[in-house]
Amino acid sequence: MSTEGNYYVPEQSKLPIITATGMGTLAFGAASWVIEGGSPTIFLIGLLIMALVMYKWWSIVIDENMQGLANDQLKKSYVLGMLWFIFSEVMFFAAFFGALFYVRVFANSWLGGEAAVGWFDDSPTDAAAANNEILWPGYQAEWPVMVTPDQMANGDAAQFKGPEQNMNFPGWSNLLSWLPLWNTIVLMTSSVTVHIAHTALKNDNRKKFNTWLGITVALGIFFLFLQAEEYVHAYQHMGLTLETGIYGTTFFLLTGFHGAHVTLGTCMLLVQWLRGLKGHFSHEDQFGFEASSWYWHFVDVVWVGLFLFVYVLA
Amino acid sequence: MAHGPATLADGWVKYISRWVFTTNHKDIGTLYLWFSFAMFILGGSFAMIIRAELFQPGMQLIKPEFFNQMTTMHGLVMVFGAIMPAFVGLANWLIPMMIGAPDMALPRMNNLSFWILPFAFAILVATLFMEGGGPNFGWTFYAPLSTTYAPDTVNYFIFGVHIMGASSIMGSINIIATVMNMRAPGMTYMKMPMFVWTWLITAFLLVAVMPVLAGAVTMMLTDINFGTSFFDAAGGGDPVLFQHIFWFFGHPEVYIIILPAFGVVSQIIPTFSRKPLFGYSSMVYATASIAFMSFIVWAHHMFTVGMPIAGELYFMYATMLIAVPTGVKVFNWITTMYKGSLTFETPMLFSIAFVILFTFGGFTGLMLSIAAADIQYHDTYFVVAHFHYVMVAGAVFSGTAAVYYWLPKWCGKMYDETMGKVQFWIAFIGFNITFMPQHFLGLAGMPRRYADYGLQFADWNMVSSIGAFMYGAAQILFLFNVVRTITHGKPVDKPEVWEGAEGLEWTVPTPAPYHTFEKPPQVK
Repeated sequence: MSTEGNYYVPEQSKLPIITATGMGTLAFGAASWVIEGGSPTIFLIGLLIMALVMYKWWSIVIDENMQGLANDQLKKSYVLGMLWFIFSEVMFFAAFFGALFYVRVFANSWLGGEAAVGWFDDSPTDAAAANNEILWPGYQAEWPVMVTPDQMANGDAAQFKGPEQNMNFPGWSNLLSWLPLWNTIVLMTSSVTVHIAHTALKNDNRKKFNTWLGITVALGIFFLFLQAEEYVHAYQHMGLTLETGIYGTTFFLLTGFHGAHVTLGTCMLLVQWLRGLKGHFSHEDQFGFEASSWYWHFVDVVWVGLFLFVYVLA
Repeated sequence: MAHGPATLADGWVKYISRWVFTTNHKDIGTLYLWFSFAMFILGGSFAMIIRAELFQPGMQLIKPEFFNQMTTMHGLVMVFGAIMPAFVGLANWLIPMMIGAPDMALPRMNNLSFWILPFAFAILVATLFMEGGGPNFGWTFYAPLSTTYAPDTVNYFIFGVHIMGASSIMGSINIIATVMNMRAPGMTYMKMPMFVWTWLITAFLLVAVMPVLAGAVTMMLTDINFGTSFFDAAGGGDPVLFQHIFWFFGHPEVYIIILPAFGVVSQIIPTFSRKPLFGYSSMVYATASIAFMSFIVWAHHMFTVGMPIAGELYFMYATMLIAVPTGVKVFNWITTMYKGSLTFETPMLFSIAFVILFTFGGFTGLMLSIAAADIQYHDTYFVVAHFHYVMVAGAVFSGTAAVYYWLPKWCGKMYDETMGKVQFWIAFIGFNITFMPQHFLGLAGMPRRYADYGLQFADWNMVSSIGAFMYGAAQILFLFNVVRTITHGKPVDKPEVWEGAEGLEWTVPTPAPYHTFEKPPQVK
């Protein structure tokens, strides 16, 4: 343990090796599970190890903080750690948004035998046109892709068949039954409520903090419920699945990963809420909560991007 | 800690738990370095199998399917298992000592980032023994080769990459937090040693692109198992999309590998020139601009894939621009040596070889960046030669230089100079015999990743294989030198070790105590 500098360097710890074992088990288990005929047993064992060790690890960190071992410098390390972690998450979503933009702007037009972006793309006039005629005759570029190139060229024998309906704006008359709009409202509101909770905590108003954070968690859960509702609707009534070509692919992967992050963020806020009820945090020391709220705002911003580019702008 | 680290004398259990449970940056640095060396030997033996098969035309030793697995695994193990962890190991050992910090900012997470790696590589290497064999689609794992046509074991590869990426991200966040938050009073950003600067920028690149790699393999996963069509034109996707995403990760990745090497060389050359580094601030700005540009040039790996002409031109000119900051660096290294009192100890020899050979590799890179000419060079041995000049003579040479340079500080023993020089010359000559002829082979049209070749390529392939065995032997000598130094080296006790060495790590006793700078030093 560091003395004079007062930077807390923990003693030896068993946590990391257990976590690494858990991750290894999880990865190996996931791979053996997805291969045909695989079973989820190893995966679930890994998941269990991870859940237990994460609970333990964070308990220890919280205890250390309550004992006053974490000085301002260490707290700043945690702040930096969280911010850069969120940045890495931004880049993860960037990969999927990038895929969406590439498909919408370039790949789709080329499959339809057109130039993608006017002056920028002058070559495909003959090359892509030939490509279209030979490989995917009859395919016309449109977004959302309702009829896949495969379907156009191979009819009923096609491996990828487009969806029957898509999630785009259904027109003003159906506005109120459009789930994505409600999802947006719910998530936007939750960003405001978490901010109210934060302000309350800074002013040492514990009751207000507990209430508004509780509301935020409830909104998070409500969002997830709506999202699940939307997926069920897509699968059962819209013929929109993962296997319906690139529209279904990008739709489910983008909203799905966002949903996974909302789940994570809700869990984080739930833990902070329980901690708040137990009397953790003070008006000047509340990093666990702050980090979770940053994460929540990040998830919210991603949703705005999703709402625009997946649902609204056709 | 009141007590020192456990040694073998304390019994096996204590000794092993020291390494497994450690939170000490020096221990973790050592673990990283030994792990990376083990992977280097493993990846090297894959290379030896490749070169043995290519010694003569025709199929002699292995089957083509296995050859494909070897080229793939060689690349993956060397990039992710050997070079990257080696530099993370150096970062762990050196950054806290260079900036006057008691340890890394997040010590437990530091240990976690290391211990993920053995699991990740165990999973990856285990695929070689599974039904269908290991990954056989090249280290760039282009779809649809890695999706539609891949063996089932590709799923192990995917999840292995996932946890390896988690390890890299945690490791880099730790480095960023350490550099931003743990500097001793007075250690301003523009006083930091170049090695620290290059690692700060590298860590930023890692946090930015490892998640993109995770995204790419996730798309592969869903394409393979869940019927999505990211990389399948039939469903409206595009195989070329894979290449864009991969190289958006992959191009910064090559700078992730080379920037810390720049940092190492920028520490060593001033020491043995007995002059401060020429143009320190321009070095910092050059590193930052290289890092920035690495994000906007990725498609120069894809000139033959069929991009719009405007795209080809943009990626060509943007790539050529990188030669400018790189040229600044080479100029500064040479100018540092100019009129210095040069001596040629082993680390310096490796560093000078680095400057020469890296510049050579840089120039072939410039040739490859010419979109029109690249149609001829693409996927030939010319490319193989190019990136081995920057990866091996660049990253590996500088890593070797770093080990010789800091080994006395780490273990308090001096290596045998003659043995070091013998290793250097065998490595230097062996390296050039291996890879110089590959330029000729490539220009003559020999494609990469093939188990067999036309008779006209026979002579240079034989020469190249002989060089490869030589270079491989040099690594055994390297291992011998390091072990011999630790067990029988002449003790060093003065803090600065090298006459012209500057920096905080040379102010602490030799060997460096288990805990350094518990009281932060004042930097003037």
